[in-house]
Amino acid sequence: MILDYETLKLIWWLLMGILLIGFALTDGFDMGVGILLPFIGHTDEERRIMINTVGPHWEGNQVWLVTAGGALFAAWPLVYAMAFSGFYLAMMLTLFALFLRPVGFDYRSKLDNSNWRSSWDWGLFVGSVVPPIIFGVAFGNLLLGVPFFFDDMMRPNYTGGFLQLLNPFALLSGIVSLLMIVMHGSVWLQIRTLDSLEWRATQVAKASSVALLIAFALAGLWVAFGIDGYVVSSMPAANSSFTPNMKEVTTQAGGWLLNYQQYPWMILAPALAFLGMIGVYLFSHLARPGLAFISSSITLSGIILTAGFSMFPFIMPSSDAINDSLTMWDATSSLLTLEIMFWVAIVIVPIIIGYSFWTYRRMWRRLDVNFIRGNQHSTY
Amino acid sequence: MISEHLVDLSRLQFAITALYHFLFVPLTLGLSWILVIMESVYVMTGKEIYRDMTKFWGKLFGINFALGVTTGLTMEFQFGTNWAYYSHYVGDIFGAPLAIEGLMAFMLESTFVGMFFLGWDRLSKRQHLTTTFLVALGSNLSALWILVANAWMQNPVGAHFNYETMRMELTSFADVFFNPVAQVKFIHTVAAGYVTGAMFVLSISAYYILRKRDIGFARRSFAVAAGFGVAAICSVILLGDESGYEVGDVQKTKLAAIEAEWETATPPAAFTLFGLPNDETMETDYAVKIPYLLGIIATRSVTEPVTGIKDLRAEHEDRVRNGMKAYALLKQLRDGPVTEEVKAEFDKVKDDLGYGLLLKKYTNNVTDATDEQIKAAAHDTVPAVAPMFWAFRIMVASGFAMLIIFFLSFYYCAKRQEYKKKWLLRLAMLGLPLPWIAAETGWFVAEFGRQPWTISGILPTHISTSTLSASDVQNSLIALVVFYTLLLIVELYLMTKFVRQGPSSLHTGRYHYEASAERG
Repeated sequence: MILDYETLKLIWWLLMGILLIGFALTDGFDMGVGILLPFIGHTDEERRIMINTVGPHWEGNQVWLVTAGGALFAAWPLVYAMAFSGFYLAMMLTLFALFLRPVGFDYRSKLDNSNWRSSWDWGLFVGSVVPPIIFGVAFGNLLLGVPFFFDDMMRPNYTGGFLQLLNPFALLSGIVSLLMIVMHGSVWLQIRTLDSLEWRATQVAKASSVALLIAFALAGLWVAFGIDGYVVSSMPAANSSFTPNMKEVTTQAGGWLLNYQQYPWMILAPALAFLGMIGVYLFSHLARPGLAFISSSITLSGIILTAGFSMFPFIMPSSDAINDSLTMWDATSSLLTLEIMFWVAIVIVPIIIGYSFWTYRRMWRRLDVNFIRGNQHSTY
Repeated sequence: MISEHLVDLSRLQFAITALYHFLFVPLTLGLSWILVIMESVYVMTGKEIYRDMTKFWGKLFGINFALGVTTGLTMEFQFGTNWAYYSHYVGDIFGAPLAIEGLMAFMLESTFVGMFFLGWDRLSKRQHLTTTFLVALGSNLSALWILVANAWMQNPVGAHFNYETMRMELTSFADVFFNPVAQVKFIHTVAAGYVTGAMFVLSISAYYILRKRDIGFARRSFAVAAGFGVAAICSVILLGDESGYEVGDVQKTKLAAIEAEWETATPPAAFTLFGLPNDETMETDYAVKIPYLLGIIATRSVTEPVTGIKDLRAEHEDRVRNGMKAYALLKQLRDGPVTEEVKAEFDKVKDDLGYGLLLKKYTNNVTDATDEQIKAAAHDTVPAVAPMFWAFRIMVASGFAMLIIFFLSFYYCAKRQEYKKKWLLRLAMLGLPLPWIAAETGWFVAEFGRQPWTISGILPTHISTSTLSASDVQNSLIALVVFYTLLLIVELYLMTKFVRQGPSSLHTGRYHYEASAERG
């Protein structure tokens, strides 16, 4: 094996980021469409147009989330165990919201009854709006530190409550996340619809890009001046296997910005995020939806990378037992598991990207009312 | 100490969500191949009726698939939410097949399932057939990987315990993948799925024929289902996973419980066809036995003994005592100082560490367990016999009933007389619930029979849970049951509605209700 444990740990940190970005870029736009569904789709036909732009793809997109969950289990089992059990109620809420999507998409247009259809429209809305907010709030809490510890048997214990997760900074993160998804959905609709829907989507894209710019900047200032970051002060060799409590951690004002001093190139992430937002506004205004979509994708990737870079090497800092904080050095699987999963991912992810592109290309066209009228019984 | 109430609620939640999930999975597994068969005929012959068959059964497939996805999400997240210690302790091994399942199987299945429904006019005939094939392949691959994971819970190979990280770690991925239990389980489970798909199409087609509606459509569907069903039911029964029960200690215990084999009999053991197993007296009342049969089925020989429950418990008591030593040594290793001597001592007994951990249910310190507690822990190592005994027999009976239905259907199809035999058609309709009864009881046997372990011989269920309050789990359990039941009602409503409409729901103008509308 050419890769040592340390390198593999780094690669898996990157791969988790890629899975998360894959989820945001793909499932992001169909969730965005779900959120906008009851608001910019004024008639049943308009709503069906919106749903059918994502109809063939949302299912595959959502698997990025499922796969990220599975990869978390395989690569960072301690994070999977601690985060999912610690955020129990939040995870359950996310699950219940997600339940509404498969049935919403598939069942909505199977009956010709307006109450039935509008109920599922709201179901799709809830299924699309709750997960991004909760994921954002969860990320906010990661930056703040989460109260947990491991006992002598390495049993994860969460010592906080549910309500304390809903603090002001975490809520702001939730808003950032929500705006990312709304913006992404609206640029998607610009590419795939016509006429009034396209126009409304353009307005949403412009408004949400400005709002996101403000919210993201605010969150950045808050992280810089209002939150103590976590710093590893000493730990065993990165190339070895060790448990979280074997290292020492301190907190420090502005600690989350230290990486940018040490590795200045990391500033590219927030810079690209901001540039992308400006791009979304400009290209929406100039009616260049393809470029707006690319800009939006850059923004989403930039924001996720900014969070990752700021916290590196931390994944889930503990505010309760600070040395138990989970980092990408000590929350990982064994060398052999990381190695096998690395080869699996290297072989399969390009194949996935290949066939996904193929499906998008085959279904690529703008949808309008005539499409829905001509395919009453075979579309969503 | 972990409250027993929390453990029970967590188990109940997992059992209910898994059983709900498996209402939908087998139909997806089987129906997807039936769609491939129908569409292949369409592509080869160009006959439109086969495209209509693919589309109509595909519609029902979609209604079922949506709930399979919905209930499947819970399964993916539930290990982390409710079984956090399990996730930490075995994530290094168990997480890998789950992640590969996502990458290799779910991605494929889910990316192409949308193309199957909505791509008819965007893809060429062959491209669409390929899409359908990839959906079937994806769902079957997902069964492969999840069963590799599940088989590892039943027979944990290719891993060792690392005292420094306090968890199990992978030593050989090949051993995990080629686990003999995984192989029998995979074939048994997917074949059970094929049976489900076949019975679904057979029953509904029989209903149309009885109603004298859409006869051409229904007879063709009936024939495909009968042929596919015969092949599938033979695989399930012949390759039933009883043969997997000789591998690994806990599998042996499961076998003894299924067969209510209290004492180790002189080989070859007799098979108890019927009886009333009594967990208190450890005897089976009114037992009707068939000589030799169990020994032959279970060991494939007439000389190998099938170990009885009483002997298994005695063996396990020794292992619990050994496990206490392992636990004490583990404490020394964790607290330090670590000497080569202690390490060597620990290595000698570490295979029994799991048995020591069984005592955590009775005393947190393990090492101070009383004789009574040790006996109780050893007693726990065999699951309740009566439920195992009955669930297994219900599964087998359903299987044989289906064997008869499929053979008769196939026979009369071959003679082109099936549409005249009303009794056969009624029998086929009555058979509809059988595959689900068999699948659910089968899973019950496999997982209830694994108790008191989550990972056989390694990690007791009792300590596998998350550190949650019982009320949190109780609330989520109630919410899940209510929500799932509502969704199931909606699903059944839509399913019945489209089954009643039949192929007329495609609005092609060629079927029963449309034709009569034109005439009237």
